[in-house]
This record gives sequence, C-alpha cells and structure tokens, in this order.
Amino acid sequence: MKKLLILSSAVILSLSAFKTSDGDKIPSATVKKLDGSSTNSNTFVNSGKPMIISFWATWCKPCKKELDAINEEYAELVKETGVKLIAISIDDARSSGKVVTDVKVKGWTYEVYIDENQDFKRAMNVNNVPHTFLVDGEGNIVWSHNSYAEGDEEKLFENVRKLANGEKLSH
Amino acid sequence: MSVKLTSRILFIFSFGWFCKTAKAQLGNELGSVHGNFQIDAAYYQKDTIIDADPGSELFRYNAFGNINYQKGGFSAGVRYESYNPPLLGYLPGYKGSGIPYRFARYKHKDIDITVGNFYEQFGSGITLRAYENRGLLYDNALDGMRVIFTPKKGITLKGVVGKQRTYFSLSPGTVRGLDGEVNIMELFDSILGKSKTKIIIGGSFVSKFQEDQDPTLVLPENVGTSAGRFTIIRGGFNFNAEYAYKINDPSYQNHFSYKEGQALIASTSYGMDGFSIMFSGKMLDNMSFRSDRNAQNTIDMINYHPDFSKFHTYSLMAYYPYATQPNGEVGGTGEVQYKFKKGTFLGGKYGMDITVNGSAYYALDTIGLDPSKDSIRHFQYTTNYSDVGDKYYHDFNIEITKKISKKLKITAMYANQFLNQSIVQFNTPDKEEHPDITSHIGVLDITWRYKTGSAIRFETQGFFGSYDYKEHAKDAFGKTNITNNTGSWVSELIEWTPTTHWSITVADQYNYNNPEPSKRVHYYFGMLGYTNGPTRISISYGRQRQGIFCAGGVCRFVPASSGLSLSISSSF
Repeated sequence: MKKLLILSSAVILSLSAFKTSDGDKIPSATVKKLDGSSTNSNTFVNSGKPMIISFWATWCKPCKKELDAINEEYAELVKETGVKLIAISIDDARSSGKVVTDVKVKGWTYEVYIDENQDFKRAMNVNNVPHTFLVDGEGNIVWSHNSYAEGDEEKLFENVRKLANGEKLSH
Repeated sequence: MSVKLTSRILFIFSFGWFCKTAKAQLGNELGSVHGNFQIDAAYYQKDTIIDADPGSELFRYNAFGNINYQKGGFSAGVRYESYNPPLLGYLPGYKGSGIPYRFARYKHKDIDITVGNFYEQFGSGITLRAYENRGLLYDNALDGMRVIFTPKKGITLKGVVGKQRTYFSLSPGTVRGLDGEVNIMELFDSILGKSKTKIIIGGSFVSKFQEDQDPTLVLPENVGTSAGRFTIIRGGFNFNAEYAYKINDPSYQNHFSYKEGQALIASTSYGMDGFSIMFSGKMLDNMSFRSDRNAQNTIDMINYHPDFSKFHTYSLMAYYPYATQPNGEVGGTGEVQYKFKKGTFLGGKYGMDITVNGSAYYALDTIGLDPSKDSIRHFQYTTNYSDVGDKYYHDFNIEITKKISKKLKITAMYANQFLNQSIVQFNTPDKEEHPDITSHIGVLDITWRYKTGSAIRFETQGFFGSYDYKEHAKDAFGKTNITNNTGSWVSELIEWTPTTHWSITVADQYNYNNPEPSKRVHYYFGMLGYTNGPTRISISYGRQRQGIFCAGGVCRFVPASSGLSLSISSSF
C-alpha cells in the first residue's frame, strides 16, 4: 500500500513534465491508403486549415463511438472551419480487411489510412487508442487527447474552432 | 519499497524530464524529442475464496518509457522497460529491467535504413512479423538491420537480418528475410494511373538458422519459408490472398515432426454506403515458425497466423475465446453489416446498425502414420485436404445498435459459441478435465448522456454454458466429473462519467450457478479514472477471475487475482 502511494506521488509529481507536445511537425512514417498505395505521413496537409488526426481500430469500441460522434457534426464543422479529419487505423492483418467495410457502412467521409506496421503510431508516441491530435494550419501538432468519454468531441470542436480563428488552445 | 525499485521507476520519469527540458532548449532546428510511458502496478492480496494466491511478492508492476528523437529523415530512440516482477498473468521470464529496444533510422529519398531494433511485417505476416503489443507484453522485435529500398514509385523491396528479442536477451536463432511488393498501377502510373482497379503482387522469403545440438535427431539448421500474395482493389471491392510453404521444421510445438508446412489465407470484402459484406478463410498446416525450435508460449515467433474470429470486447462474450492453431486448422469468418437509414421504419430518427457475424474453425483431417513404418525423420501424419476434422470453435453473433434519442443509445447483442477447450486452450485430447463448451451469451448496453459531457452507461451480460464431458467422463458410479465446469455467469456494470475528465466504474461478475456451491461468488470491481489530454490515470480495486485473455491474436492465461491496481500512461 505504502509502495503504491510512493509510486503514485512520484508519478503525479513528474506529470508536470509531460504536457502535450506543442509546435512539432508531423513525423515521417509510411502508411497505406485504402486503395493499397503508400504515402508518407509528413505529406498530410490541409492548405492552411486545421487537421484532426485520430488513431483508431476496428475492434476498439470507444474509437468508433468517438468517430461516430464527430461524424454527426463533421459536415457542418468542415463548412465552418475547413477542418479535415485523418483517421489512422492500427488494425493488423487480423482485422485490416474490416477497415474499409467499417468506413463504408458508417458513411465516414474522413481520409482513412492503415498503419499496419504501427510505425506512425510509434512515431506519434501513441500508447493506446483512441488517441486524437490537433494540427494547426502551419502543420504543428498543438493538442492531443487519449481515450474517449461521451462528450469529449465537444472539447475537440471547440479547439478546432479556436484554431480556425487563430486563437491559442488551453488543455 | 526497495531503494533499487524506487530508483528504477524514477529513472523513467527523470529521463523523460531530462528530454523534455532538452527539447525546450534545442528547439525545432535541432530536431524534436518525444516519448511516452506507461506504468501498471498492483498490490495483490491473498483471496482464498477465488483461489487467488499471489505468492510472497505482493507488489508487482509492468513499466516502460520510450524516448524518440527525430530530425528530418533521421530518427533514433530507446525504450526502457522494468518488471520486478511482472504483473500476474504475464510471462515470468520478463522479470528484470533494461533497455531492450534502441534504434537509429535514416530515410532519404528511395532508401530507408534501420540499425538496432525494429518491427516489420511481410504481407499478412505468415512468413514474418516482428511485432509489439505492450499491453499483452508481446514483443518479438528484431535486433539487427533492415533496408527498405523504393527504386521506383510502386516498387518496395525490403531486406532484414537479426535476432529476435527473448525477454531481456536474444533468441539463439538468426532470422533473414527478403520481401518485394509491386503496386502495378503505381508503377505504370502514366498508362494505368487512372485505372479504377488496383493490383498489388508480392513475394517473400524468410529463413532462420539455429545450430543442431541434438544428440539423436538430425535437425535442419536452416529452415526457409516462402510466400506469394496478391491483392485486387476496385472501389469498395477488395480481394487478397497469400499462400506460404515451409520446409521441414521439427520443433517443440509440432512435436518434432519433419513434415513440410503450408498455409493459405484469403479475404474478400465489399462495402458501400450503409452495407458491407466480408469473408475471410484460412488453412494452416504445421505453420509454427520460431527462431528457437524449443521456444514455447509467445516467445520467438517469427510469423503470424491471423485469427479472423470476431474480436469480442464484452467480457462474457470473450470468456472462452478462440486461439489460432498453427499446427493445423481450417475455417473462416463472415460478416454482414447493414445500416437502416434515418427516417426509415426501423431506422427511426437516428438510424440503426446491425451486424451479423459467424465463424467456424475445424481441425485438419489428418491420417496418423504407423510409427514403426515412419522414417527416423518422423512425419507423424499426412493431411487429407478434401475434408475437415473435429470442430474447434464456432461463434455466431448478432449486434444491434440504435440511437433512440439525442440522449439515449442502446446496443443489444447475442452470441452462440462452441469451444473445443481441451485442444484449443490446453493442447490435450483429455475431455474429462476440459470439456467442450457450448454457450448462449447476451449483452445489453445502454448509454444515457444526461447532459453535455456527462453520461452513465449500464451494461448487463449473461453467459449460459453447457459443459459436455462426453460419456467417458463419468466415473465408475456413473457420476459426472465436474472439474473445470464454472456453470453460468451474470455480469453488471455501471460507468459514470460526470465530466469528460473523470470516470467511475463499478462492476460485478457473479458465478451464480457454479456446480460447486462454495464457488458461487461475486467478482466485484471498482475503478476511478482520470484523463487530461494525453495523460490517463486509473486506480482500481477488486477481483479478477482466472481465464484466457486474447487480444491482437495473442492469448495468455491470467490467474485469479485480487487487489489494488494503479495505471498511468502519458506521452509528450
């Protein structure tokens, strides 16, 4: 018990050192498009408008809940802010065949890539999915969030609107 | 807590802190430093009612921290890991601390070179997959060198050589591999670039070397596996197939059979707005391929045998999961998804999703060879590919999700499952100890978003199993032996998310009709979770039932446990 207390206090003290990355560019890794061709993650652009990069998997319920929740407002948000959502599936050979069927059935209009070897996941330091990043118009990663709770998308929308208006983000 | 232990844990954080400071000072011109870390720690207690006995080491943890540096095409990184000892249910061989992962990588135009540790996959992984799943503590990274060469858009050539990670050391065998993939449409972009049909073909060859030190058997020191694959994609249609052949590879897992191995994996799917259909099938015959022929568990696996059966996330649906049988299996999985659109009779105001999924897997139909006539290089059996053997597993399930109103969403699910437990989980034909299990499982999951950012989720599950001991399980008095029969279960869960930062979960699984009345116990569980940006912390207390947990195609046995757990993960 004492050990756990020591451990947790050590960890909580250290957490101040680990804030969201601010201002770094998207690292380089090879990911696959749904048509089988390869592309480098450092070529993700949205002509000066913000981007959402969301890591998900077909077997991850919270991930799909999050992407569904975003999808309900997506068309409106794109119109308003010009945002683009890039969904990165970390499915491996067991389930990567389901990525395209899930995307089609759900009617998601996101740009979807498969990170089968998880190189991009490692380069972005993602531990667990869902993990969502926000990239500003200059291509800097300015915000990230792990896991999904009902209503998390509201905060994301708020931050996207702020970015589109050139405001600073709070965590 | 011992000084050693404290210092090890603090090492991860101080290293992270150092790098964060370094990053601030270096700025972007000098590259960027990033990383992540996770700690899962538990303080166990003895709980005789559920047979939870943690032994004398009550405090256990799994921890790791990654630090990566990147500047342009250059990247390098290390991962520190510490398990003293690992949590219950993980391979005890991981006990220790160290830096088992470090790499440097340089990418420039058509060339990409990695020295040190790396992860890689050829095709579906049937010849090679160096992979990590930190949550399962599965890590068979290669330590050596990899070159990826892209001479022309549409052509990718890969070469790897190295030794696999084995706990905190390396496998005795060496792995060498080559892979080539051609995306025909990309290659002939000028002529075919506008073609809607995409065709990709590929081939790989992987060989391992391990010295033969066996005094009696003549073991092959070099064992090669080769495979060919192709993919066709057109709009929502997708088809891919891979065939692999492995030369004789006697190992602990295949009972030192000298038979060759073969695998055929194929998958096809079609998706359109609101509808999709998918089918995946496979046949594996003697396809275990490890860099150490004596390795067991998930250690030193060079290749991967995808398990296409549905990946269940509700706990009672996954109570008796399937695990791929690399020694031999044949079967497939199919799935249809349909979305009733908004405004239709069944769709209502918000639409309704329905998924029907079915899987069935069988043993190969094998003919045992007469041991007296089998050569010194035992084949042990031949395979009749025109038929199948005993059933290993089936799972037919249907899932319906419907949003009733802006605030209320319901998921209902039913499954009928069968598991040949003795073979699939315990690798023994003994049905007296491990009976076949047929079950009906139901789930109801209700989410109520009572205001923006606040929700309550109720989940109720029932598992109703029947355990078939066959006739021979009856003793001399005609009484059925009932070991390993846990009867039926119910499970209740409430998850409250008062704000998007906090969550509180309470749950109970109740083994209400265990044939042994003293084992009709409650497995209660409570958890408090906090999330802020990339950081997640959770504290939980309760009981964990014993069982097999499978995720990402890897299964592990988890003993019953009881105690307090802390989990922290973050990235920067």
